[in-house]
Amino acid sequence: MEEWQGFQKGKWTQEINVSNFIKTNYQSYNGSSDFLEKTTNKTDQVWQKCTSLLQQELKKGVLDIDVTTASGINSYPAGYIDKENEVIVGLQTDEPLKRIVNPYGGIRMVYSSLKAYNYKLDPTFEHYFKQFRKTHNDGVFDAYTEEIKKARHVGLLTGLPDAYGRGRIIGDYRRVALYGIDYLISQKQKELDYLLLGEMSESIIRTREEVSMQCRALKEIKEMALKYGYDISKPAKTAKEAVQWLYFGYLAAVKENNGAAMSLGRVDAFLDIYIERDLEAGVLTEIETQELIDQFIIKLRLVRHLRTPDYDQLFSGDPTWVTCSIGGLTTEGDSLITKTSYRLLHTLSNLDTAPEPNMTVLWSEKFPQTFKDYCAKMSIQTDAIQYENDDLMRPIYGDDYAIACCVSAMRVGLDMQFFGARCNLAKALLYSINGGVDEMKNELVFDGFEKMEDEILDYNKVKKIYFKMLKEVARVYASAMNIIHYMHDKYAYEAGQMALHNTDVHRYMAYGVAGLSVVADSLSAIRYAKVKPIRNQDGIAIDFKIEGDFPKYGNDDDRVDEIAKEVLQTIFDELKSHKTYRDAEPTMSVLTITSNVVYGSKTGATPDGRKAGVAFAPGANPMHGRDENGALASLNSVAKLDYETCCKDGISNTFSIVPETLGKTMEDRIHNLVSIIDGYFHQKAHHLNVNVLTRETLIDAMEHPDKYPLLTIRVSGYAVRFNRLSKKQQEEVINRTFHEKM
Amino acid sequence: MKKCNLKGSIHSIETLGLVDGPGIRVVVFFNGCKLRCLYCHNPETWKIEKPNMTVSELVDKILRYQPYFQKNGGVTFSGGEPLLQFDYLLEVCKVLKKYNIHIALDTAGVGNYNDKLLDLIDLVIFDVKAIKRQEYQDITGYLIENSLNFLKKCQERDKKMWIRQVIVPGINDTKEGILELKEFISKLKNVEKVELLPYHTMGIGKYKNLGLEYKLKDVAAMDQERCRELEKLLLE
Repeated sequence: MEEWQGFQKGKWTQEINVSNFIKTNYQSYNGSSDFLEKTTNKTDQVWQKCTSLLQQELKKGVLDIDVTTASGINSYPAGYIDKENEVIVGLQTDEPLKRIVNPYGGIRMVYSSLKAYNYKLDPTFEHYFKQFRKTHNDGVFDAYTEEIKKARHVGLLTGLPDAYGRGRIIGDYRRVALYGIDYLISQKQKELDYLLLGEMSESIIRTREEVSMQCRALKEIKEMALKYGYDISKPAKTAKEAVQWLYFGYLAAVKENNGAAMSLGRVDAFLDIYIERDLEAGVLTEIETQELIDQFIIKLRLVRHLRTPDYDQLFSGDPTWVTCSIGGLTTEGDSLITKTSYRLLHTLSNLDTAPEPNMTVLWSEKFPQTFKDYCAKMSIQTDAIQYENDDLMRPIYGDDYAIACCVSAMRVGLDMQFFGARCNLAKALLYSINGGVDEMKNELVFDGFEKMEDEILDYNKVKKIYFKMLKEVARVYASAMNIIHYMHDKYAYEAGQMALHNTDVHRYMAYGVAGLSVVADSLSAIRYAKVKPIRNQDGIAIDFKIEGDFPKYGNDDDRVDEIAKEVLQTIFDELKSHKTYRDAEPTMSVLTITSNVVYGSKTGATPDGRKAGVAFAPGANPMHGRDENGALASLNSVAKLDYETCCKDGISNTFSIVPETLGKTMEDRIHNLVSIIDGYFHQKAHHLNVNVLTRETLIDAMEHPDKYPLLTIRVSGYAVRFNRLSKKQQEEVINRTFHEKM
Repeated sequence: MKKCNLKGSIHSIETLGLVDGPGIRVVVFFNGCKLRCLYCHNPETWKIEKPNMTVSELVDKILRYQPYFQKNGGVTFSGGEPLLQFDYLLEVCKVLKKYNIHIALDTAGVGNYNDKLLDLIDLVIFDVKAIKRQEYQDITGYLIENSLNFLKKCQERDKKMWIRQVIVPGINDTKEGILELKEFISKLKNVEKVELLPYHTMGIGKYKNLGLEYKLKDVAAMDQERCRELEKLLLE
């Protein structure tokens, strides 16, 4: 094929196999960042327009909403920011930052979002949609049991994707560039004609229906691109086309879906192959290359979904989790770092730091030192990078996986996951002390448990009943997840994204937990100190008195760290024991994003001395101020949690350090940060968010937000603009352990 | 008693020390110090408390952080004055050397030591306090000889050194003093780094908690900028 001229042939020329294309064609880069270029005039023009629009949006909440059209790959006319200067084109709707109404996940969510911003759905649209179309949310509530509803209502299960798009699906957008749409359709059609045949079981019927929908979606992607003047039926011929084709694939996904996290995948080595070919042929310069990348990133920064203010409160601002995975090694142990890995991170300098796309470096100890140093420098300057351990994930997922959302690894185009938010482990612990009664709402959630009347809590007794309680929690949680994803497939199927997956996709059932450190410390307090419950007239423990000291999670103390591990293994074993929808493989994450604040506010006082309503620590972090032996001890505690056997969906840890503490000179700081990341990951830890900033800066930013319009910080699994956090979340971030030394 | 069961009195451990020695350091604060420096910000480490950690317990703790040390990190013994627990320190260093751990000793040189111990130590971070007899005594309440003898021994054993001095406004923040210090250091060999540490007041609260009198209560923290200027003088 003429578009593939200059590429090494391989398996990828016989079948859809992007991973093989990359490995047979990429050139790794070991050099420094000196080659990087600044923005072009065109990019400056486009970005200036965007900056002004973004400021307006921040003031208004949303810039505009299209209330007459329902979401869809090809529902909107072409839209531009500054047509003349845009090198990469395509917007979700006809105007930048104008939001889509996606009613398929749930119309109620749409209503409350519109109401919050004083918009009204077009009456004709509303009339017909409501009359003729059932939503995912309707379906879920038709099937939910009373028990599940209760668990949601009291906050034992929170953030379930039962009223909006589930997300955390990464289409292999690179396929659009490498093969062109026509070939992708022909391959899917072949499967319909030759493979998905035989006895028409429910599963084959469903798959046939889905693949047919995928074929239609692919056609729509082609038509959508045509509106912008591009025919993407054939493979991309140039680097510019490769970026554009790939972006059309992604754009289709965010036009069609409003998933919680709409991640990009892993594109650095892939795009680099096209770029190198053009650079060598002399048809592209480095300045033009950076222009392509900058403008591509600008587009990703403009992705928006219509959310309720409640949702924004839960997740801080307007996150979209356009996670962009960078780096890693091949399974043979060669570095996959290319110049384009640098170019992508360089956008944080060229366009200023920003939370999106969520820059995620798949870190290996075997990385070239130059790249490690560059990452550390960028982290120190921008606070916008997260690191995930490629040496831990590569043996499980191979060398063409990417991160969805914050910490969820999946092989691109081969795996997808059923996102499941999380359950509140700390609340469950209180239920085991309070006979299954919710401590905040005073409602019975689980039958068959007795209120503990002990004056001093007994460790073995509490643990035994807690583990029994986790069995109940797991049962309800698994049921909820099965219902949700059954209905999501039925009423809000992501045809455009799934068209960019293999048809025999592997599915994960991604459970999650919150409140791990609170539970570990609580059980440790019960075991090693004396914990007396203070009960109200109904016999509900509303506070706890602790006598004596006890080991606390975050100090590299096995006595309590082992408790944390045991709790995780127990809840995961319980979850795993349930049958899953479509035989998905159960996994679990320890990740809260910023919902640790809301979880905390919904949870009563706990036996570790945490007062009612106080925020949990984010993700797998130790509780604020309880790590007494310095940052490495804290990192070591988290590193003990077992990724491979029980938390394969990710273990999130956020690390904040004051610049002066990190070292005296920039050179020292870079060296030390690299050593910290290497040392942490060497112990099979999974994820690290890095913030290098002072507490004073944050306090000042809280008081004078105008002075810090760009201040970006990493929170569990992604980054946010500090100004978009709620007051309570800002306080929580400030109180969180900063590692500083006198 | 087996040597690895020997117990030491350890105040605390900071696992992420990034300024007390090269690279990433686990800093072990020993209890016990004979000096009573006016500006001491660790008065809680003056007394030797009941021994609380065996040689192997301490070594095990330090080794947990070996993955972070990379090329130049390691352990720094600080305090308090580590040399006051000589037997214990020696045993700990012996075991650590088997694991090839870089060892720094942050000391004022007032305690016990021998060639064997010094040979196990890779870097001495020496706090000079003062170079004149009277000034030394005014600041530390102790005679200068011990300190000078230690320094001499380090020179004999060819120890790599970092030299430090705390700068307190109105006490030793004069140009002349710094130039004298410069002269003093110029006669030493193997000095890899010289640092002036600006006096800060963050230790005051600890004195209150311990029921101790704080002697510098009327002295403000050292201006960092001025301290940097003095340091420049030293490095020129």
